[in-house]
Amino acid sequence: MQAIANWFQQLYETTGLNFSVFYDAYDWDRYFGGLRMTLLLSITTILLSLIIGAVGALLQGSPSVLLRLPVNAFVVVFRNTPPLVQLFFFYFGLGTMLPAVEAAGMRVPLLSNVQWAIISLSLFAAAFNVEIFRSGIEAVPRTTLEAAEALGYTRLKAYIHIVLPLAVRVCLPALNNNLVNLLKTTTLAYAIAVPETLYAVKQIWSESQNVFEMMVVLLATYGILVGVLVWLMHRWERAMRIPGYAR
Amino acid sequence: MAATWTPDQPIVQCVDVRKSFGALEVLKGISLSVRKGEVICIIGPSGSGKSTLIRCINALQPISSGSIQIEGIEVSDPRLDKLALRRKVGMVFQQYNLFPHKTALQNVMMAPIHVLGQKRPEVEARARALLAKVRLAGKEDTYPGELSGGQQQRVAIARSLAMRPDIMLFDEVTAALDPETVKEVLVTIRELAEDGMTCLLVTHEMNFAREVADHVYFTDRGVIVEHGPPETLFTAATDERTQRFLSQVL
Repeated sequence: MQAIANWFQQLYETTGLNFSVFYDAYDWDRYFGGLRMTLLLSITTILLSLIIGAVGALLQGSPSVLLRLPVNAFVVVFRNTPPLVQLFFFYFGLGTMLPAVEAAGMRVPLLSNVQWAIISLSLFAAAFNVEIFRSGIEAVPRTTLEAAEALGYTRLKAYIHIVLPLAVRVCLPALNNNLVNLLKTTTLAYAIAVPETLYAVKQIWSESQNVFEMMVVLLATYGILVGVLVWLMHRWERAMRIPGYAR
Repeated sequence: MAATWTPDQPIVQCVDVRKSFGALEVLKGISLSVRKGEVICIIGPSGSGKSTLIRCINALQPISSGSIQIEGIEVSDPRLDKLALRRKVGMVFQQYNLFPHKTALQNVMMAPIHVLGQKRPEVEARARALLAKVRLAGKEDTYPGELSGGQQQRVAIARSLAMRPDIMLFDEVTAALDPETVKEVLVTIRELAEDGMTCLLVTHEMNFAREVADHVYFTDRGVIVEHGPPETLFTAATDERTQRFLSQVL
């Protein structure tokens, strides 16, 4: 580790390229903290948006208008408005209307900016996931469902054992895209002062005056994070492949 | 109703069944009955309502009026217990409709486990025996996409049989198959019939109908034009429409 730090220190002294995060412990801690926050935001919002999306798609296919209508309204609202505005709405709009709570002798908001970011971004991505899952569900042939019906499957059992496993396979590429977008959209949390990677890196370059170098680090960080996510999704896609199943 | 049905009564009893899609009346008063152990073939030109009839018998489509009873259960009853009906009735489709993400063995095992809640080891033993019966031993772990049409259709037959139905419905099950694989499916159905399974087939396989059926119904434009034992219907049809149809397909 020390060798790497020395090399970057050397680089700075000889060329003026100041990658302070790689030799300055204080900058590194800030950067690493931001990275951890980005991972926390990404993982929780991906999981929550998948769950909300799957449940929403199930309700959307229900025969009851009372169930379909709220889901459709949810999709329209969250798809037709900018995610940054949604974030502001939740944090500055709803957040200030909620009662404050007493914690360690101080009055603090009921939900922190990190929690609002997770809620807001999950709902934003979930609206798209609902539509993505629906595309998969609609790609399952009616006749396959009929075969299940003729074997005595109820609607719910057919969904769990037949429709969803097939639908997920169909919609994985589209889901992949949306989750990549979601990971990158977590940078919006910057706007409500969530100390994620962009926020941390911005602080570093303001103090160390190395905007260009930190930009490179920032872009590389997201390039690698998305690369890992895409690799995982492709592995999942391969694991789900059915021998001889041509679409 | 169900309590009054005895095995000496028809297992399927259709009385004046009518079915309309909007303004189009597809079934215009069909009456037929199937007794236990019988093999019944329904033949007729495309669009005559054969497939609609067989789908109505399994409550996949509601009828507009009339009555269909399976072992005394009224299919058009709005309070129909569909599971009870479908435990009695097995159905095989033209396009096989196997579950593509499951192996042949899993396809056969799924419904008894998920729907009837039967024990896995017992279901698996039965599924293996059924696959062997339809001559697919060795293909247990193969996915539907890797099987030929004829093989898939035999898996579909085994899948229906796993539910131990009292009657099997076959909806043009060889229509999508290559000529050389048609035979292997027909042999399977013939063996089923010889075992005493009650079978109702919509088919274009006239030779099969002639050799295996106990009774043949000729339908055209939503009505039964003529019916009788195959030896009579195929050689001494009295209606002009039947004669014309048979002269075209034989």
